[in-house]
Amino acid sequence: MAEIALPKNSVYGPGKIWPKPANAKRLTEFQIYRWNPDDGLNPQIDTFYVDLDDCGPMVLDALLYIKNRIDPTLTLRRSCREGICGSCAMNIDGQNTLACTKAIDEVKAPVKIFPLPHMPVVKDLVPDLTHFYAQHASIEPWLKTETPAPEKEWLQSPGDRSKLDGLYECILCACCSTSCPSYWWNGDRYLGPSALLQAYRWLIDSRDEGTGERLDELEDPFRLYRCHTIMNCARACPKGLNPAKAIAEIKNMMVARQA
Amino acid sequence: MPKPDSIVQTPRARVKYLGVARSGTETLWAIRLTSFALLPLTIAFVVIVAMLGKADLASARALLGAPLVAILMILFVLASVWHMAEGMRSVIADYIRHQHMRELALMANFCFAAGVGLVCVFAVLRLSFVQ
Repeated sequence: MAEIALPKNSVYGPGKIWPKPANAKRLTEFQIYRWNPDDGLNPQIDTFYVDLDDCGPMVLDALLYIKNRIDPTLTLRRSCREGICGSCAMNIDGQNTLACTKAIDEVKAPVKIFPLPHMPVVKDLVPDLTHFYAQHASIEPWLKTETPAPEKEWLQSPGDRSKLDGLYECILCACCSTSCPSYWWNGDRYLGPSALLQAYRWLIDSRDEGTGERLDELEDPFRLYRCHTIMNCARACPKGLNPAKAIAEIKNMMVARQA
Repeated sequence: MPKPDSIVQTPRARVKYLGVARSGTETLWAIRLTSFALLPLTIAFVVIVAMLGKADLASARALLGAPLVAILMILFVLASVWHMAEGMRSVIADYIRHQHMRELALMANFCFAAGVGLVCVFAVLRLSFVQ
């Protein structure tokens, strides 16, 4: 059966309560998942207090405040701090999102922060995305053509270009896939909303000549058809994209080439 | 998420697994087809059951044995059973991880749906042809 409960070595318990910053007037409590692969212990939830008067407005600002001033061992990914790179995707207040675009005052204290759900954890808030990236690579996210390349660029009408809107903006943060129950249960074989959104981005590209082969590679009960339009993906996407709709369009293409 | 069974298996190999089954669309089509078919058939079934509400045994047998009613009942049974079996197949694929358990569950699902369908169709045909 699907593994509903956490394995024994993944059950988390209470962790360290770190001291409050001195002379702070506006404090917010943060409860953060901690796990170190080297200490042999189960995960724990550490409690930190952040001085809001001395910290930026976003959850990422608070995490960097904690890392820089309280506990330098806190491990997380971050890069652009403006919702473009997707590095700081994590589960904040029960919702997968980007720490850099989630305001602290949007979340009711204590702010609970976990790594992206149902993924192997490298350390603290850093999930192992190796399989996720391999799934993205498997849909061959590049233009495939048989016609010899033109001297200049491949031409595309404004109308055909507009079909890519809502698809090309994906930043591969994995918020959608890791919020999807179908991906939780069958993530080894189901490609997940992120990879399928990207697959549709290339299926619908008017310049691409590999549509049939792309559909062949997706026509599988597990790779594609585990999506049940639960819509967690669309709710979680920090870029406002709708992977469930893209997957439904792929299914329509599958039917269209047979009916 | 996948448990890396072998440290020498590459991420790409794990994603490719056994390759593409080249199936699944017929299941999607079957669920769509039976969903549309069940819209009018369910209404017909409810109307027939309502008509049976105050009928005695003889008139109930006569009604269910009438050709049009019997055909509607058989279509309703076949569409329902097919829809049920396809839906259950999807649930089994979602939640049963162990390969052999999944294959056994798929067999049981088919046998149950076929059995229920055959019993229901036999019952309607008996009312039509045996007085």
